[in-house]
Amino acid sequence: MSPEERQEIEHEIACYPYKQAVCVDALKILQKHRGWVSDEAVKEVAEILEMSPSEVDSVATFYNLIYRQPTGRHVIHVCDSISCWVMGCGSICEHLKKRLGINMGETTPDGRFTLLPIVCLGACDKAPAMMVGKTTHENLTPETIDALLEKLP
Amino acid sequence: METPLTEHIRPGHPSPDLAAYQKLGGYQALRRALTEMTPTEVIEAVKDSNLRGRGGAGFPAGLKWSLVPSGDDAPRQRYLVCNADEMEPGTFKDRYLIEGNPHQLLEGIMLAAYAIKADTAYIFLRAEYTCSERTLREAIAELFAENLLGDNILGSNYNLNIHLHTSAGRYICGEETALLNALEGKRAVPRAKPPFPPQVGLWGQPTIVQNVETLCCVPHIINHGADWFKGLSKTNNSGTKIYGVSGRVKRPGLWELPLGTTLREIIEEHAGGMLDGYKFRGVIPGGASTDFLVEEHLDLPLDYETVAAAGSRLGTGTMIVLDDRTCPIAMVHNLETFFARESCGWCTPCRDGLPWIEKTLSAIEEGRGVASDIDLLHQHSRMLGPGRTFCAFAPGAVEPLQSALKYFADDFEQHISEKRCPYKHLQS
Ligand SMILES: Cc1cc2nc3c(=O)[nH]c(=O)nc-3n(C[C@H](O)[C@H](O)[C@H](O)COP(=O)(O)O)c2cc1C
Ligand code: SF4
Ligand code: FES
Repeated sequence: MSPEERQEIEHEIACYPYKQAVCVDALKILQKHRGWVSDEAVKEVAEILEMSPSEVDSVATFYNLIYRQPTGRHVIHVCDSISCWVMGCGSICEHLKKRLGINMGETTPDGRFTLLPIVCLGACDKAPAMMVGKTTHENLTPETIDALLEKLP
Repeated sequence: METPLTEHIRPGHPSPDLAAYQKLGGYQALRRALTEMTPTEVIEAVKDSNLRGRGGAGFPAGLKWSLVPSGDDAPRQRYLVCNADEMEPGTFKDRYLIEGNPHQLLEGIMLAAYAIKADTAYIFLRAEYTCSERTLREAIAELFAENLLGDNILGSNYNLNIHLHTSAGRYICGEETALLNALEGKRAVPRAKPPFPPQVGLWGQPTIVQNVETLCCVPHIINHGADWFKGLSKTNNSGTKIYGVSGRVKRPGLWELPLGTTLREIIEEHAGGMLDGYKFRGVIPGGASTDFLVEEHLDLPLDYETVAAAGSRLGTGTMIVLDDRTCPIAMVHNLETFFARESCGWCTPCRDGLPWIEKTLSAIEEGRGVASDIDLLHQHSRMLGPGRTFCAFAPGAVEPLQSALKYFADDFEQHISEKRCPYKHLQS
């Protein structure tokens, strides 16, 4: 674990009465630095928080946004919940799959994009919506998607 | 018409910072509570106001606070938790309140924490709300810098810390006992109840979990009193409500309106009515886990009791409209796919029942349904009903299903008899 990662985790530990409370935070911190959470990372978190690796993994595998497999540089999460569905997220998904040449859950061979579904992003009045990295994009059309993807390295 | 929660929110503009919020009268309620009121008096004021939870269940807030044990032998450590998980599909109101006026929420949190004598508050924020996270971090830092958080706030001897926890995305974390497990760093499955969190909550200590919108009401109640708050509503409920509409309407969005505003007014006036070429068919009034309402309900005032009497729930008050060109079975299929995916898997009826429902609906939608599927779906709705599972997720999951079976029975039958979806050619 890098000193920076360790320091960020220690900072979170100070906010709670028990170490274990920062399990999710610690996983997120390692994922931020490494892109995903490997078995090794699970063990490192277990060690620093004095938990068993299986306890940490039971938390890691629970969340939609903890990646237990390597991802592309940009993870595209397309909302497929109800308001986006009513507003046509189906065709948005089809467009993305065709354009990127991958299915949901896959990464482009050049390692640029990973495509995943996600539940309601709280942008239902501006549906359809998707999240790329940490940014939510709203009122999507195939054209705005193409323009957006072109800008991403 | 008064809109206390949203009057200082200007979409597209930065939210009021601490100085601006104070200039607008902000933190006067806190000042008043800390200098002139005992914690019990704050609870009484909220109790009198009849404020009910805006996160879905509608439980009276003041009553909940009074369940926290007091007295000399009561646990000294208590926690206040703000539920900002907002993952109910179709719901986007808490984000608007957080990003539009973060100090209003923080003042509400501080008042609630003072009322239950908690020295630590956590905000449980969903991971995807990265703008809300930034806004809240800045606002909390401002408070610490001005000694409005920390030790001896406003010279009152009251100490409070607020810590922001961001989640990693899982709908069940919004259920309050799952949320407590999540905060403790455990797999976020719900806890068996009783005991309830006001007695045994975070790390076993008395804990109050309250929704963002509920907490935002509190400063206004302290400032203007219970009677004023009651008077905001059109019916015998109290306060305003952030109502929202999404789906094929002209102006999807959010509006703060008196509790008890009719469904018709919200959809036709505020949301501008249906998009040209589409007709209103039905609505799920309070997020994904509420029963459909249909045309005959349009003139109902949307308050807790009236919506319940009509067989649904006010829920989060953010509704999703079903139009006449969208297949109701496909809509329910989308909802049940969500629920099947997000079930935490802790109890069998929910873990096994929802995928079964999802597959059955999928078969009907694709023209592979058989007549007995309808009975099967009815049976599942009962099996997942209240009291059979660890938490309210499963009963919520079957609410849109059971009401669709009732209101859209002809559609189900047509799919099965014609072995196809009659809406396919209508979709653009
Ligand atoms: C599956 C499920 C998800 C929930 N999600 C949320 C949520 O995201 N936000 C929320 O405030 N309440 C949510 N609730 C309701 C909470 O359990 C709890 O009742 C609420 O936070 C209490 O606050 P309130 O009384 O102010 O509404 C959820 C309940 C269930 C059963
Ligand atoms: S009802 Fe569903 S979500 Fe709730 S505890 Fe059971 S399995 Fe988990
Ligand atoms: S349903 Fe897609 S953002 Fe809410």
